[in-house]
Parts: sequence; C-alpha cells; structure tokens
Amino acid sequence: MIAFFQQIFGVALKDLTIEVRAPVRAFSVLFFALVILVMVAFAAGSTTKILQDIAGGTLWIAILLTSTRALDQSLSTEFEDHALEELLLWPVEPAAIFYGKAIANALVLWVVAALLTPLLFVIYDAPLFGSFVELVALIALGCAAIAAPGTLYATLTAQARGGAVLLPLLLFPLVVPALVAAARGTTVVMEGDPMRQAPAWLVVLVLFNLIHWAVAGVLFRYVIEEP
Amino acid sequence: MKLPFAWEHLIGVIALLLFCYGQVFGLFMVPPDAHMGDVARILFVHVPSAWNAFFVFTIAFVCALGYLISGRKGFDHALEAALEVGILLTILLLMTGSIFAKPTWDVWWKWEPRLTSSAIMLMTYVGVVVLRSVVQDNERRAVWSSAATILASVTLPLTYFSVQIWRSIHQIQTSPADIDAPLRMAWRINALAVLLLATWFLARRWRIAARRWELGDAPPLPEPLQPEEV
Repeated sequence: MIAFFQQIFGVALKDLTIEVRAPVRAFSVLFFALVILVMVAFAAGSTTKILQDIAGGTLWIAILLTSTRALDQSLSTEFEDHALEELLLWPVEPAAIFYGKAIANALVLWVVAALLTPLLFVIYDAPLFGSFVELVALIALGCAAIAAPGTLYATLTAQARGGAVLLPLLLFPLVVPALVAAARGTTVVMEGDPMRQAPAWLVVLVLFNLIHWAVAGVLFRYVIEEP
Repeated sequence: MKLPFAWEHLIGVIALLLFCYGQVFGLFMVPPDAHMGDVARILFVHVPSAWNAFFVFTIAFVCALGYLISGRKGFDHALEAALEVGILLTILLLMTGSIFAKPTWDVWWKWEPRLTSSAIMLMTYVGVVVLRSVVQDNERRAVWSSAATILASVTLPLTYFSVQIWRSIHQIQTSPADIDAPLRMAWRINALAVLLLATWFLARRWRIAARRWELGDAPPLPEPLQPEEV
C-alpha cells in the first residue's frame, strides 16, 4: 500500500518536473488562459457592471478551456517514444499512474487559477465580499473535478487521430455539473453570499470529485492496456 | 423454424402497427386533459421517449460494463446500437418537450435542471459516438467507448432524479395512480410501441455493428505480387 502511494507521488513528481524543466509548455498554457480572460472582456463590452457579473463564470470558462491544453500536453508526452509503456514495465500500477498524473494536472490547474484569480480582481474589478477560504476551496475542488475525468479522456484522445478536437467534445458535457457548481459558487462568494449558498455548491463539488476520482481511477487501466 | 427474414422485423411490424394505433388512440379516442386540453396529447410521445431513452442508455451502461469484464464482442455491438438509439430517443424527447414547453411555459427552452441535465446527457453520449467514429481498431474502440460510456452514465441518475433534487418548473415523475384511466391507457400503449420500435432499431443496429466488426477483423490484403524479374 505504501509502495502504491510512493508510485503516485513519483508519477506526480515526474510530471511536475517536466513542467518545470520545459517552462515554455507551462507559459503557453498560462498565456492561453490570460488571452481568454482578456478576449471575454472585449467580447462582453467593457462596462464594469457586466464584467463584475460575469467574472466568476469567465474564470471557470478560462480554466476549463486551458485544461484541455494542459491535459493534452500531459498525456501526449506519455505516448511519445512509448514512455507510458516503459512506466508500466517498471512496473508501476496503472491506477498509480492515473492518480499521479491527475494530481499533477490538478496542481497545474491550481497554479493557473491562482494566477488568474488576482487578475480577475484587477481587470474585471471583481468584488470579494464573501469568505476567502470558501473561494479557495471552490477553486481547489473545481480544478480537481476537471482534472480527474480530464486525465482519463485525454488518455483516450492522445492516442486517437484528431484527439485535440475530441477532448473538449468528451470532457465539456461531462464536467458541466462541476462547472455550474464552481462558477455559481464563485459568483455568490464574490457577491458576499447573503443566502449562504456556497456550502451547498461545495457539497456538489465534493460529491462530483468523489465519484469521478473513483470511477476514472478504476477505468484507467482498461484504456492504456494494449488489446 | 427458419424465418425467411430476420426475427426483429416481426417486432418492427408489430411496433409500427401498435404505434399507429397508439397515436390514433391518443389523438382521437381519449378525452382532452382536464387542465391543459389537447396540448397534453404530446405527452403520449414525450414521456414514452423519455422512459425508453433512460432504458436504452441503461442497456448501454450494462453492455459497457459487460465488455470491460468479459471482453465478448457481442457487448460492443449492443453498446453501439444502444448508444445511437438512445441518442435518437433523447433528441425526440428534447424536441417534443420543447414543442410542449411553448404553449405551457411560453418558452421553447428554459435553463432549468431537468432540461439542462437532459441536454448534457445527450451531448455526453454524442461525444462517445464521435469517439467511436475516430478509432479504427475494433478492440480499442470497444474498450475506449466502454470506459467513456461508464463515465457518461453518471449523467443518467443525475438527469432522472434532477426533478426531485432541484424542484423547478418541470414536474416530478407522475405516478400512474394520478392519471385518469383512458389517458393512462394511451400512455401505456405508446410506451410499449416505442419500446418495441427501440428493440427493432437495436437489433438492426446490432447487425450492422457486427458486420463492421467482421470487416475490421478481416486479415490484411495480401501484398501485390511483384513481377518476377527475368
């Protein structure tokens, strides 16, 4: 059991090392997220009231779109030069590979979110009347909710033709419940949450995470095994 | 006894006849609804397509699980059939629902939990079918789409229970006891007809899937013969 957790840790560390050693990858992901924030502001018009209203939703659209870039990069690396195969032969448990990669992907999304959120307060003039802790919890759980099914689907699409197009098609509908919970939760926390709705959205995110981290972890070994 | 045609055509003919009877019954032989009048008659197609969509997607989930556990190709054929028939029924469900919503709610579409979750369910399964279409290798396609189907099936209970979890404009599941006898009859006839139609489609689609699998499994063509050098 301890070996299993060591493997998870090792895989996550490996993925993060790749991100650190090839900063171009991480920067392209970050810049992509930034461009989305700015573009939405242009498209919606620069009225402060509108921007404040859509700040929470825009943050999550930016994270979601960025996640497809990050996930695709993270998994396509594994299929270059049979890297994943060697990892399996080492031998590393398939489930450990999944959890390691999913944790690393969640961390990447957390970094993206941590850099975007302050920008939201600056360029969208978003307020924060609610609890800061709840905002952090919503962002952490929301990113994790995208990372788990995203890692599984990216594993499929990285191996298929035209995978980069396919990933959003598979992933976006699936994570709508998490997106709704995270975006609505973020918005109400920013507005001060007078009706105390944020805890309910957090519960939705926790449930979504529990289901998807469990199911995707079980399914992962099937999608990487050569038939 | 060997039939000169595939068995499912028998079911198909019965289904079509029953469906025609169900439509005539629902349109002309049943009194109008006490509150909504004639508008409510669209429910005789809307609700059966909903029931059957859930049923067929449940079959898809069972087949996906069955394939991952047993690896029998029959499950994959059934999965392919169930995915497409389920999508067809869900599209019908959303269309009839939308037509029904205009006179009763005065909008074609409302972003409320039941409608939204049904649309999500549709998109999720369409994603799986698109995934199937880009994978060439039989076993791979079967495994991947099984995994994707199982993940997509999380939306099934979410959609079904959405009316109870978030009470909104869409009514909750109606108990047959709350419906007047002739209306209940129209419902049951149409539900059975749609079920038989779905069965017919499933069986036809199964056969196509089986053929496609065989074609995919065919040994590669031999290398063209090189002219002998003299």
